[in-house]
Amino acid sequence: MISVTSLAFVSMILFSIGAIGVISRRNIFVIYMSLEMMLNGVNLFLVTFARYHFNMDPQIITIMVIAIAAAEAAIFLSVIILLFRSKKSLDTDIFNTLTQGEKS
Amino acid sequence: MNTSLLIWIILAPLLGAILNGAFYFYSIKKKKISDLTFSLIGTISPFIAFIVTLSLFLRMNDEGIIFKQNLFTWLNIDQLNINMALLGDNLSIFMAMFVTFVGWMIHIYAVGYMKGDKGFGKFFAYFNLFLASMLILVLADNPIILFIGWEGVGVCSYLLIKFYYGKKENVIAANKAFIVNRVGDFGFLLGVVTLFFAMGEVNLSFDSIEANLGNASPELLSLAGFLLFVGAMGKSAQIPLYVWLPDAMAGPTPISALIHAATMVTAGVYMVARFHFLYIDLGDIGLFIAYIGAFSAMLAAFIATRQNDIKKILAYSTMSQLGYMFIAVGLGFYSTGLFHVFTHAFFKAMLFMGAGGVIMALHHQQDIFKIAQHRASLPIIGFTFLIGVIAISGIPPFSGFFSKDAILAAAFQEGEYLIWAMAMFTAFLTAFYMFRLYFIVFVAPSPIQKKYVYTPMTVTIPLLILAIGAFGAGFLNFPAIFGGEHFVDHWLSQLDSKTIHLSHSTEYILMVLSVAVAASGIFVAYKKYANFDVMKPEEEVGLIGNKFYVDEIYDVVFVKSLKKLSTFVDKVLDEKIIDGFIMNSANGFVNIGKKVAMLQNANVRFYAAFMLIGMTCVFVYIYITLGL
Repeated sequence: MISVTSLAFVSMILFSIGAIGVISRRNIFVIYMSLEMMLNGVNLFLVTFARYHFNMDPQIITIMVIAIAAAEAAIFLSVIILLFRSKKSLDTDIFNTLTQGEKS
Repeated sequence: MNTSLLIWIILAPLLGAILNGAFYFYSIKKKKISDLTFSLIGTISPFIAFIVTLSLFLRMNDEGIIFKQNLFTWLNIDQLNINMALLGDNLSIFMAMFVTFVGWMIHIYAVGYMKGDKGFGKFFAYFNLFLASMLILVLADNPIILFIGWEGVGVCSYLLIKFYYGKKENVIAANKAFIVNRVGDFGFLLGVVTLFFAMGEVNLSFDSIEANLGNASPELLSLAGFLLFVGAMGKSAQIPLYVWLPDAMAGPTPISALIHAATMVTAGVYMVARFHFLYIDLGDIGLFIAYIGAFSAMLAAFIATRQNDIKKILAYSTMSQLGYMFIAVGLGFYSTGLFHVFTHAFFKAMLFMGAGGVIMALHHQQDIFKIAQHRASLPIIGFTFLIGVIAISGIPPFSGFFSKDAILAAAFQEGEYLIWAMAMFTAFLTAFYMFRLYFIVFVAPSPIQKKYVYTPMTVTIPLLILAIGAFGAGFLNFPAIFGGEHFVDHWLSQLDSKTIHLSHSTEYILMVLSVAVAASGIFVAYKKYANFDVMKPEEEVGLIGNKFYVDEIYDVVFVKSLKKLSTFVDKVLDEKIIDGFIMNSANGFVNIGKKVAMLQNANVRFYAAFMLIGMTCVFVYIYITLGL
């Protein structure tokens, strides 16, 4: 059986890869993918410890998170489409209209 | 006793000043008004003041009462209660008597002296105002009212010294007088404030200060006494605030006479006598006053021996005589000091008026050697001048002898032999420089044939009247050893002055000594100057001729250093440090703002990174505090 420690490490690595992706990537789709990766890292963490403690509550929370993430994905994708329509680009650095003065 | 007459002593010259001022404005704006109007108003108003004072004096003498007049409450704030009140006690009526009388004489003299001057009306307006201010000072019932008069004479002296304001030196001299006086006035005001705080809840009239003196702490009283004397130093031209007095000679001669004889410079002595109840317990301060007086007397006498300007010699002699007065009041002989003020008023007014007559006859020539080179025959002026010179030198039975000798005896009796010796030496110098002046101006052989110059009656009559005073005023305080009654000492008995009680033989020896000293001064002056070749004038050279370089030292120490300080404050402290600090801090905020604004760069990834860092910090904090 795979140890709890290694599973926890995997979830942490998933989360970290996601976080780095959110920060470093410019493509909005990749950012979204990284976000989902962070979510799944957390999910894995919850499930791992639910199993370890024989407590079912985190399992329920995980199912909830997956359901909400699915709903969120629908909204997110539609928002991305709208963003693309406005600027004809998916580069997040172009969406900086809230800065003062120098508009690019 | 209440009376409504006291105010008229002040109001008469004040109304004269207002009327003259109004008429003068009318005269220059609309229609010319004759000088006669101005001179009538100008001379009658001090006469009224004199008559009122005289009537009060006579009543006082008969009934033995003192007068008070409460005009109105001026200020009433919590503990501070100041009444506009006048006090006519023996001291103030004594002072007002000769101030109004000598002032009146000088006013009459000024009619002749200022004849034909453009600013005739203005002159009399200022002149009357000067007298009114002095009378406010004399008749004040509390130090605040006294201060009004004190400042009033300061302003009037300023206005009169720069009467011929077309010349730059006159304006500078007036400014100097005013500014140096301000230093003293500041001390005086601080003294009054200190007195007020020392006393606590009193209404600050002289009576209540005297009555409540016991409640105050001695240290505060000493401080107040010292500060008040700083005021007297400025007004009465003592070391170190005397420098304005010789320069004040820039004004017309009647002003010099008025400043030196009746008003202004005697204010300091009067003030110390007024506060006699304060100074009587402050032996150290009194001694300090006496020493300042002695040093001033000697310094001024030294300088006077080397001056060539007739008015400056007289100015320094005034300073010297004021030094005598301060010796007397400092040692507690208030009535003796005031007696010298009294006799000095007569002979100094006369000397100045005589000098004015000479200056007038020689078309405003003030250098004594040049006056001698163009000698004019002025019999009356020469005669009265001689009386004044003898009186100031202290030759019996002229008035100066009695008052000066009493001061010398007082210093001797108190055991202050240093002061006594300095005063004695000053007496020698006084006789010397006054007779130097007399011999050069009136006696020394002159190449120019004497020409007779007509002197108006308005000049000669006051001179003759004052000559009687200069001769006879001393008999009012005729010493007891000659069977005298000390009228002045008795009249001023309220001052608790010390009296002279030396043995008769000591007193005789002192008198003989002072007469001998004066006579030797005259003899030296006679030897040196009676046949002096006036075509080869003495130069004002050397340490004494340059007035010990005091003006130059003051210039370096106070004027230049203050200028440097203000330049420093302006150019460095203000521009560099204060402005620099403000500008730098403002720029600093702008820069910080720019740095903070960089956080809001609308970069999503940047925000995400910040959120991550922030959340990490929160979790780390929770981890540490919960100790998991």
